[in-house]
Amino acid sequence: MSRFRTAWAVAKKDIRIYYLKGPVIIFGILFPGFLFMAFAIGRNVPKESLVPGLIGMALFFTASAVTPAVLPFETRSRTLERVLTAPLSLSALVAGDVLAAFLFGLFLSLVPLAISLLVLGASVVHPGLLLLMVVLSALCFAVLGTLFSTPATDNASSVMTLANLVRLPLIFFSGVFLPIDQMPRWGQWLSFISPLTYTTELARHAFGQGGSIPRWICVLALVAFTLAFWYTSMTLHRRNMTRRLWL
Amino acid sequence: MDTVIRVKDLTLYYGRHLAVDHIQFEVKAGEIFGFLGPNGAGKTTTQRILTGLLPPTEGSAYVLDHDMAKDPLGAKRHIGVVPEVANPYPELSGWRNLMFTGEIYHLDRRTLKSRAETALKDFGLWERKDDPARHYSKGMKQRLMLAMALLHHPQVLFLDEPTAGLDVESRRMIHQSVKRLTEDGIGVFYTTHYIEEANMLCDRVAIIREGRIVASDTPEGLKSAFSGSQSVLVSFGHLVEPGAIESLEGVSHVEKQADKLRLFTDSPGLVATQVVDFARRQNLEILSLNTLGPSLEEVFVSLSKGIFSLEGSTEKK
Repeated sequence: MSRFRTAWAVAKKDIRIYYLKGPVIIFGILFPGFLFMAFAIGRNVPKESLVPGLIGMALFFTASAVTPAVLPFETRSRTLERVLTAPLSLSALVAGDVLAAFLFGLFLSLVPLAISLLVLGASVVHPGLLLLMVVLSALCFAVLGTLFSTPATDNASSVMTLANLVRLPLIFFSGVFLPIDQMPRWGQWLSFISPLTYTTELARHAFGQGGSIPRWICVLALVAFTLAFWYTSMTLHRRNMTRRLWL
Repeated sequence: MDTVIRVKDLTLYYGRHLAVDHIQFEVKAGEIFGFLGPNGAGKTTTQRILTGLLPPTEGSAYVLDHDMAKDPLGAKRHIGVVPEVANPYPELSGWRNLMFTGEIYHLDRRTLKSRAETALKDFGLWERKDDPARHYSKGMKQRLMLAMALLHHPQVLFLDEPTAGLDVESRRMIHQSVKRLTEDGIGVFYTTHYIEEANMLCDRVAIIREGRIVASDTPEGLKSAFSGSQSVLVSFGHLVEPGAIESLEGVSHVEKQADKLRLFTDSPGLVATQVVDFARRQNLEILSLNTLGPSLEEVFVSLSKGIFSLEGSTEKK
């Protein structure tokens, strides 16, 4: 309980400070928006078939946009050392960042959802599954974001570059613009190592468009990716956190 | 008096660099312990070990009986820290900075609000409590940092260069607060470059050079051990060249300092008498005449450059 209190305090601080930071707005909201328009406009496909990809990509970019920014900014602004001297564990500190990013992804996913329902004419067949997809995916991508912030640097833009180096290729073989069953064989194999694949597949199930991966596998895969990202992220943060003090 | 910090053979390698080399000292409750040394001597590294940020390579550091290598969280609940280069969150107001600090120390809402209000008033920040901290002056930011460090009523306070570059008002406010804290039994570990500040504020000081403590004593104890630079400072009504009084008995050399002459000697009483006789003979008016002991700054400079050692000093490591 005390860890959650600490994490919530950290999350509230992050919400107040980082939601309106330039890199978060640019790479978390504007960039995926423009990217989607670039691929969607002018294509001769049913509009509602774009919906799972739109929601998946929006979640992917928004939920993973906040966490990479926090530690570099706090290292540079010299606010981190003070926090590290407080009685909070590293896991509670990182969990607070994840919580802020999770909520950012959760609330901003309402925007593409509203566009999907009101503009693109999509209808939700399994609302419970859609909610589960949004929650699991936002958490998974928020934790992925903490992985991007593990290098001991005070340069937020270099961390964002690293994040985009990973995020951009992933959207091309995760069923965002093309359903997995229509991808070439090598693309299908690659898609299995992307957590975004399981988000878009769950979204297809939720919108009644028939995903090619069973929904229970998608749920398990998202949970497994979240746990793996968390473990790797905490291992690297434990190793690198004190190096930030010397920057 | 209880010991709040106990350091024994504390050593830290940063990579292959020996940053802290088998240091030992103790700090008592209600005591201000000054930690002095030139840049890169190991002051900040020592503080970072004592505040649980860095694990030591060898030796032990206990803060309030918590082993900082094994149980840093236990100690962190009872210590307040103002790091050397640290800022409040610039985007948050002074009030919000204090709220966040109180929340991570799990203070209940009512206590937190009450303490935050008192702290902001005590440190002269109440009128600006809703301004983002980025609009605060350096002195205001540092006062806010101190308020944040004290919000949870710590038993030990660590301050790393808290007054560096501050205006007189902020410096005085910080000094007064630190002195008040010791009256309540709080132990203070005070790192500073300002030697005179250590002289006026600290009950005991340790001087660290190249990771090793080269002297540790009261400021007066250190000065008395450093007997080589006693002097007589005199100001005459008319200009007198140093060469004119260099030949007085007992004078080793003379330095001109602004409108005064400083005569270095091992026998300040004898030289003072000689100066008065000299003035009478030359029909000169003496505007001021003082005997000076060595300043802590002189002791510090000599020790930190390694050109003087305190052989036989009471607490020397």
